[in-house]
Amino acid sequence: MATLSVCQTQLGGFSFENCKRNAVLETEVTKVGCRMPAARKTGTTIVGVVFKDGLVLGADTRATEGMIVADKNCSKIHYISPNIYCCGAGTAADTEMTTQIISSNLELHSLSTGRLPRVATANRMLKQMLFRYQGHIGAALVLGGMDCNGPHLYSIYPHGSTDKLPYVTMGSGSLAAMAVFEDRYKQDMEEEDAKRLVRDAIAAGIFNDLGSGSNIDLCVITKGRVDYLRPHDMANKKGVRTGSYKYKRGTTGVLTKTVTKLDLEVVEETIQTMDTS
Amino acid sequence: MNTRGLRSQLKDSVPVTGMGPQVGAYGVQDTLRSGFSSVKNELLPSHVLELSEKNFQLNQDKMNFSTLRNIQGLHAPLKLQMEYRAARQIQRLPFLQSSHLALDTLKGNDESISFEDILNDPAQSEMMGEPHIMVEYKLGMM
Repeated sequence: MATLSVCQTQLGGFSFENCKRNAVLETEVTKVGCRMPAARKTGTTIVGVVFKDGLVLGADTRATEGMIVADKNCSKIHYISPNIYCCGAGTAADTEMTTQIISSNLELHSLSTGRLPRVATANRMLKQMLFRYQGHIGAALVLGGMDCNGPHLYSIYPHGSTDKLPYVTMGSGSLAAMAVFEDRYKQDMEEEDAKRLVRDAIAAGIFNDLGSGSNIDLCVITKGRVDYLRPHDMANKKGVRTGSYKYKRGTTGVLTKTVTKLDLEVVEETIQTMDTS
Repeated sequence: MNTRGLRSQLKDSVPVTGMGPQVGAYGVQDTLRSGFSSVKNELLPSHVLELSEKNFQLNQDKMNFSTLRNIQGLHAPLKLQMEYRAARQIQRLPFLQSSHLALDTLKGNDESISFEDILNDPAQSEMMGEPHIMVEYKLGMM
């Protein structure tokens, strides 16, 4: 046993101890014919568009795990600060953790400066972190917010490159959504037009991409006001059956009827709310 | 992080530290300290990020100090390094958890959160080092 492998104190952060073991396990497992468990991804359509006094972020709500829908109603628009929100595509855990870390860092930063945080700060923090991990953190983000210089919209790729644009789309359904944007985007739109455009772009992603589906979430950010509309539109409702296959009362003749009362007493009653956040 | 001032620091090849046989006092593998040796374990990192993450803080400090030297002169990094060295001395014995409060405040880590604070918290690790050996290692007696 390596006695002095604990000579120095352990550091926090990522630990690469099991990487070799995992590589060996993967080869063994594929020899037998099974597959390693796949990470839950948000094969996604996320979009953002800047309009006259602010910006609109939009996202679908399906999370996939390989070929299976893991979550029919997940929330892809994450809070970063009161005036900045971020949509995330890619590995679900990576986007969740990344946005939470950046949100905490921005809060500390804004407490230290005493000012409302700027979108460029969040962008810089995200970009530096993603580049540090060389794309192994699979988080593709659409970052948007309103600060003292107006509305800003950035798209951030997993390897750390960013683009500042008036309209962006990311995720597996990004091509379908971008087609809608390229056709109908105009500068200085009104809020209702922008919301309708984003809703149509996400709907294009939902109907034309297998990785996107369920509902459409919107987030409208203007000066001093944030509208988080979840769900804004339920594009995929579960179908309603057209006919009822139950038999009418009286179809079968009743011969005898006995009623037995069961004495039950309520011992304890608890209410547990479902986590639909 | 000032990346524009770093262009003058770009080198063609950067020596990579961290991997390689652990040599002891006499130039041979120190089995007592670092266990049995295996070429496969030591020559290649097990993950692409392993080396860069191990040296990340050191490289950041090096970059920042050399930029600071170029902007403000040699005194600036010297003073900072002296303060870091002083703060590093006011800690508990090596096998106990110290808070690194002074060092964190000097480096600015008290205003940021990263994976070092969330994952693999050393305060929660299941193993504690052997006290005598760790103190002897720190004092250089071993």
